Amino acid sequence: MMDLIYDGSMDSRLFKDILGKTIKELSEQDSDFIYLDADLMSCIGTCGWATEHPERGINCGISESNMIGVACGLAATGFKPVVHTFGPFASRRVFDQVFLSAGYAKNDITIIGTDPGVTAAFNGGTHMPFEDVALYRTIPTATIIDITDVPMLISVLKQCKDLPGVKYIRVGRKNAAKMFADGTETPIGKAITLREGKDVAIFASGIMVHEAMQAANKLAESGIEAAVVNFFTIKPLDTAAVKQYAKQCGNIVVAENHSKIGGLYSAVCETLARENTAKIDVVAVNDEYGEVGPQDYLQKRFGLTAEHIVETATALLK
Amino acid sequence: MDATLKKRLERLALEIRIGVLEQMKARGFGHVGGSLSIADALAVLYGSQMRFDPKNPDWAERDKLVCSKGHAGPAVYSALANAGFFPYEMLKTLNQPGTSLPSHCDRNKTPGVDMTTGSLGQGTSLACGMALGEKLRGRDARVFLIVGDGEANEGQVWEACMFASAKKLGNLVLLLDVNGKQLDGCTKDILDTLDLAAKLSSFGFDTVSIDGNDIESVYNALERTRNGGDKPYAVVLNTVKGKGIAAVEQAKSNHSMAVSTEQWNEWLLSLTAQLD
Repeated sequence: MMDLIYDGSMDSRLFKDILGKTIKELSEQDSDFIYLDADLMSCIGTCGWATEHPERGINCGISESNMIGVACGLAATGFKPVVHTFGPFASRRVFDQVFLSAGYAKNDITIIGTDPGVTAAFNGGTHMPFEDVALYRTIPTATIIDITDVPMLISVLKQCKDLPGVKYIRVGRKNAAKMFADGTETPIGKAITLREGKDVAIFASGIMVHEAMQAANKLAESGIEAAVVNFFTIKPLDTAAVKQYAKQCGNIVVAENHSKIGGLYSAVCETLARENTAKIDVVAVNDEYGEVGPQDYLQKRFGLTAEHIVETATALLK
Repeated sequence: MDATLKKRLERLALEIRIGVLEQMKARGFGHVGGSLSIADALAVLYGSQMRFDPKNPDWAERDKLVCSKGHAGPAVYSALANAGFFPYEMLKTLNQPGTSLPSHCDRNKTPGVDMTTGSLGQGTSLACGMALGEKLRGRDARVFLIVGDGEANEGQVWEACMFASAKKLGNLVLLLDVNGKQLDGCTKDILDTLDLAAKLSSFGFDTVSIDGNDIESVYNALERTRNGGDKPYAVVLNTVKGKGIAAVEQAKSNHSMAVSTEQWNEWLLSLTAQLD
């Protein structure tokens, strides 16, 4: 069991500061580590450091496709590149470059897409990727991570640096609920049980883990024992955990800050299609585009709250 | 240019063309036009410019080639076979099931192929990353990048050109194969790229425009790129698509051609006759 410190309170630290700090630290620890950005360094606090070390932090300007290719060329000369841009540009804008120049050509790179789903908030519909996971899932052997908290972000960045293949990390830039104690390692590929339960299992990733924990508390008030499992690695999916909780609970609610099409929900359904062991429902974004607004408004607007999870779980158990 | 070297490189260009036709004859079809147009440049590159060891294709200090117009793979394969990276007989496996020689260059399949290409434009950024990597590693290797004039339709080419210039990649040599044609016809009719040499100059490249099917011109243009410096180099190769086989040169549509074995044999004969 991980060192869980969840009490519903928010971490005061911002993901963007942790990103900048960790990228700098990894660069100091490993001379092969190299960081590239497409004119969004200031958004994750790397600008000052990268300006002082232009050989370790490469600003490619607003040309994401070129940035992916340059990162892949650097990988071919033995570097371990990590690139950053906003989620929509890190996924759909550069999909062919990631698929071929990185994936097919076996140039190993890590891609950080910030502001996934509704966390894009005031940047609005143009910047709000509900489909990034769906796209990345089709890249053979890609690794896809949806970050929950600060210790996980640090642990995942360290692991991705040395993992082969295409690695995609989706993470917000603001703060999130405290989940794990500092220094907790979250091994990629292994789902994390946050709460045990026998009636329904809530599979969640990213910002929806906090909502799932809140929902489990509320369900407990009605006598429903909900398990909460953090599927922060969406690919490769921990299929053993999926099957275990399907069997254990018989009811599954998948909660994700993503379209219902192609994300964690799809991955879980694909895993269980031949098992016929559980009823499954989903709390995720319908087949529609994003829009502008504060994150709490958007979570209500797109149905991404604890209340939606409670409703869905309750209906499933009827 | 030394007369003996010139003769040797001209012969190598001929052998590269023969290897291209051997591959396509075995399969019956292939991207013949754009492979033949760069045969002379590849002869100069592998015959006089590039540092490599065919017994150790992954040697870190080697010069690298990115053929961003990946469909000219057969020309690269022919150059590699002639340089001893793999047996010449392997050329006959082009596009056969399970082959190491696919239509488009694949660094994970073919000994000596330095980068995977095929989706046009992407090789330009890859080459920039490799050139930057060589610089950061403190190695003096050059990275040669072959781009097609049709390929120059792709926006990514120009993103990469901006990057190469801004990051002072003086170890990058862009060879732009201006053969004037793309799949659907003449480049000037489809999407006129206007003066590509002027464009590259304005993007910050040290640019020359030459006859890309003339060994001596290509040799002289590439020799001067040994000087390095802060500017990336561009060599605009004014070429003929299908160069070396009159019928291919004259064909209206010569991007990819499928002809009979007798036809391939006839073309091969016309080239081998020139070897003596």
